[in-house]
Amino acid sequence: MISLAGRDILHHWAKYVFTGVGLGLLIGVTLSMAGIYRGMVDDAQVLLRSSGADIWAVQQETLGPYAEPSNMRDDAYRAILGMPGVAEASNVTYLTMQIRQGGRDVRVMAVGSEPGRPGEPPFLVAGRRIARSHYEVVADVRTGFRLGERVRIRRHEYEVVGLTRRMVSSSGDPMVFLPLKDAQEAQFLKDNDAIVNERARTAANPALNRPGVPGLFDAILASQTASRSVNAVLVRVASGHDPEQVAENIRRWKHLEAYTRAQMEEILVSRLIETSARQIGTFLVILAIVSAAIVSFIIYTMTLGKVRELAVLKLIGTRNRTIAAMILQQSLGLGLIGFVIGKTVATLWAPYFPKYVLLLPGDAVRGLVATMVVCAVASLLAIRVALKVDPATAIGG
Amino acid sequence: MDVPAIEVRGLSKRYGEGDAAVDALKGVDMRIAPGEVVGLIGPSGSGKSTLLKCLGAVIEPTGGYMVLGGRVAFDGGWKIRDLSGLRRDNIGFVFQAPYLIPFLDVTDNVALLPMLAGKSNREARRQAVELLEALDVGHRAKAAPSELSGGEQQRVAIARALVNRPPVVLADEPTAPLDSERALNVVRILNRMAEQYRTAIIVVTHDEKIIPTFRRLYRIRDGRTFEEAGEGRGT
Repeated sequence: MISLAGRDILHHWAKYVFTGVGLGLLIGVTLSMAGIYRGMVDDAQVLLRSSGADIWAVQQETLGPYAEPSNMRDDAYRAILGMPGVAEASNVTYLTMQIRQGGRDVRVMAVGSEPGRPGEPPFLVAGRRIARSHYEVVADVRTGFRLGERVRIRRHEYEVVGLTRRMVSSSGDPMVFLPLKDAQEAQFLKDNDAIVNERARTAANPALNRPGVPGLFDAILASQTASRSVNAVLVRVASGHDPEQVAENIRRWKHLEAYTRAQMEEILVSRLIETSARQIGTFLVILAIVSAAIVSFIIYTMTLGKVRELAVLKLIGTRNRTIAAMILQQSLGLGLIGFVIGKTVATLWAPYFPKYVLLLPGDAVRGLVATMVVCAVASLLAIRVALKVDPATAIGG
Repeated sequence: MDVPAIEVRGLSKRYGEGDAAVDALKGVDMRIAPGEVVGLIGPSGSGKSTLLKCLGAVIEPTGGYMVLGGRVAFDGGWKIRDLSGLRRDNIGFVFQAPYLIPFLDVTDNVALLPMLAGKSNREARRQAVELLEALDVGHRAKAAPSELSGGEQQRVAIARALVNRPPVVLADEPTAPLDSERALNVVRILNRMAEQYRTAIIVVTHDEKIIPTFRRLYRIRDGRTFEEAGEGRGT
């Protein structure tokens, strides 16, 4: 038996292709939305993986450096380093900031880390690692910075000495890595006017500026301008030790919050991205409904345009199931054309999104199945109309 | 007369109920032998189309008895459950307009019926091409219906009606859109095919050009048929 649906599609190929393009763009948007969600999850996982940490020690009762502000003294890492099961511990700072570069603002996450310790970028795609204690940065390629370029962060200029890739914050901002001391200064040091003002207030306070206690005033001033805070301590667990047990010891004895990688991933994916995921999910449902309505309308109007042919087909003895199968196949054919176009455009435009879009083959398969189901459902109205066509209308009279 | 291909006795059809009821057929009698071509003529509103729809198993008569292709199809009610199968295997249709399926080429328009009847694509196409050649449109076998002239389209429609070798063909004003020469040619083809395949053909027509070609006519008036001898000996 010949495929009536296939012949009809070939006969009206322009109508199907143009309709398929419209539907395909809609499917492309749907696949991209799914890709954006996957990209957010992947960004979060890469962020955790690339930090090289097994445990994040942060300020008590906070969710850690990515979800909430966390502030702790920069000597806390020494105490952690001495605990059983801890192989390495290092301070890190995270600060989302705007860097003005070449007439444009680049939103970045500035990461302060120590060379050779957890927290620095795991690999470079160009240049070298930070070798000096100050004024050098390694940037993610998405910042648009080039090797040797000089960028201004707060009061100082930094030279871009290395480039890395896929290092972004949970909100998709590219990372810039700088020496810990510089990062602490950028985050915690007050500006000159604030320091002068604070110094004048301290000098005017008789409790802090006692004439009979030499050195007290200078010591207080020094403590006010020092930046000895960090956002987290990254801990690498020695082999053979259970990260959960080490984290529990940190919580118990150091009065800090400690999260294992699994817990941090749960915070990032389930809590930080949850709202976005729900937003995207709602959008996907709306797109599916819109797609179904469009396919339904198109197949319905196409069927209405074929009433005479359907009447003749029925009159000459075509079974109802053959006619129903023809319309179902046309709907599925339209969905298939739309899906192929949608997948193609989603793949083509994915690199142009500001955030990482991860198109997984599994999602494509799920998208194809969903498209076919939507098209099958959308064809029901047209099938109903076709089956109601009276074969007598072919005879007239 | 042979065992009739079409036998109708007391066939009636009523539309509507109560005061609004209209009796379109009021006891039609017909008997047509295999291989015979008869004309069915009558003024508009006389019941021609209703009779054709009843004979085509498209609408259900209200009463009477009807044999189609040697099988009792109706006797106070349908005696055959699969009406679409009855149409496919026993009745061919030729319409005023050819109504070919626009997305199938000429061969597949004709081959579709044997395919629907379960024949393989190859066998169905072989049968279709054979018939198209017999009707002098074999050279247009791969053309789209829109590429054919009116006469060619009508010949393809006749091929479609005959391809399953049905015992009955119902032709509804098959020559209406054609000029005299082409109209007579269509009747000539119908006569040839009726004779060749032993098919009983009823031709509903108003066409004065072709009425004289029928050997036997049924005139329908106010829902009743009256048999008349025709002038013709075929064409």
